[in-house]
Amino acid sequence: MRVTQGCFSFLPDLTDEQITAQVQYCLDNGWAVNIEFTDDPHPRNTYWDMWGLPMFDLRDAAGIMKELAECRRVYGDRYIRMSGFDSSHGWESVRISFIVNRPKEEPGFRLERQESDGRRIRYTTKAYAVDRPEGERYGG
Amino acid sequence: MTKPATEPAPSDAATIDTIDLRREFEAVDIASVLAQLDRELIGLVPVKTRIREIASLLLVERIRQKMALATTFPTLHMSFTGNPGTGKTTVALRMAGILHKLGFVRRGHVINVTRDDLVGQYIGHTAPKTKEILKKAMGGVLFIDEAYYLYRPENERDYGQESIEILLQVMESQREDLVVILAGYGDRMEKFFQSNPGFRSRIGHHIDFPDYSEVELLAIAELMLNEQNYRFSADAREAFIRYIAIRKTQPLFSNARSIRNALDRIRLRQANRLVSKLDRMLTSDDVMAIEAGDVLASRVFSGGTDAPGGRP
Repeated sequence: MRVTQGCFSFLPDLTDEQITAQVQYCLDNGWAVNIEFTDDPHPRNTYWDMWGLPMFDLRDAAGIMKELAECRRVYGDRYIRMSGFDSSHGWESVRISFIVNRPKEEPGFRLERQESDGRRIRYTTKAYAVDRPEGERYGG
Repeated sequence: MTKPATEPAPSDAATIDTIDLRREFEAVDIASVLAQLDRELIGLVPVKTRIREIASLLLVERIRQKMALATTFPTLHMSFTGNPGTGKTTVALRMAGILHKLGFVRRGHVINVTRDDLVGQYIGHTAPKTKEILKKAMGGVLFIDEAYYLYRPENERDYGQESIEILLQVMESQREDLVVILAGYGDRMEKFFQSNPGFRSRIGHHIDFPDYSEVELLAIAELMLNEQNYRFSADAREAFIRYIAIRKTQPLFSNARSIRNALDRIRLRQANRLVSKLDRMLTSDDVMAIEAGDVLASRVFSGGTDAPGGRP
């Protein structure tokens, strides 16, 4: 099952050219671009690992694309996303976030039902991938 | 104008065969940049000639790209050598403008760095620091002033070498993304290239900046004064010509920079002279004019030196 998180995730995967254009858009707006990766695809997982520091004061996307290439080389079997952080007053938050790399196979999620008191049912979603230990979840 | 017959025919059927050179020339508007260079930079004839050549080469290269004849991206890394104050940084800024107009760098900004910005203080500090700077320079020009400080042969554990290796690698693999300009004094740069042959081979253009002649220095002084809305009186001009002649023979003379400093001190003395007589009406001519006395009060004329740290 294809994970859909952030911008463009219902579209086909972005090509490198398209990613470059998006990154350049972020830079032109003065946002700091940040690369993050994880192998826990749960939508409520907000703690992605950072690849290096957020990249402030850049003018051109080439440097960021080089970082992305390096991140893919190391963590190509995981999810990698980019985010653009707007530090201007009043925003001070992430303005854009999109997935730029995903594992070859995404096993998806299972729905667990827990029967609690009475006839109540509690639901929880669990990614099949997290059954395996961290770092080995996508065949890496 | 037209494609030479000897060129191999491009395989792509849709390529353009003829290009109007004049229209191409006007489209990129390098004429205005070159004219500005002529107007604002006094002297430096060999440098200007070289820049003109590079600009023409790049224009042709651009046309060849359009005709799908260009096979490789031209090597644009440069080295500027010359004495202090000969305009290396100024030319680097203009160079970025030219490269940007011709589309060989995407943004046209200049990142001006020295050894401190590239080399770290402890093990493992240098690589991220250099990479950070390189990332900032992407799409523009990286200007490394006094580049020979990167290499310190007397200390074999110096981290400069690590920085040099990263620079060389990026200069080779990301030629489309940034242009590196190394600058420094001629003899020391020569030594630097001798001990780092990798740099010399990766640099396409070596440009040597000559010292200014006395006439050019005077022209520079007048240009600087003009920009600040000052002017020499006839006597002051004569005095300044003498000043240049004496100052030029003194140690630590750094061309245009020395002239700038001298003018700053002259303005100081002019202001002092004006303020010393309070009870009168000043005209705009009075505040603009620099008199001979302002120039002649310099230490240079009394056997002293205007060099920094010189004897008063």
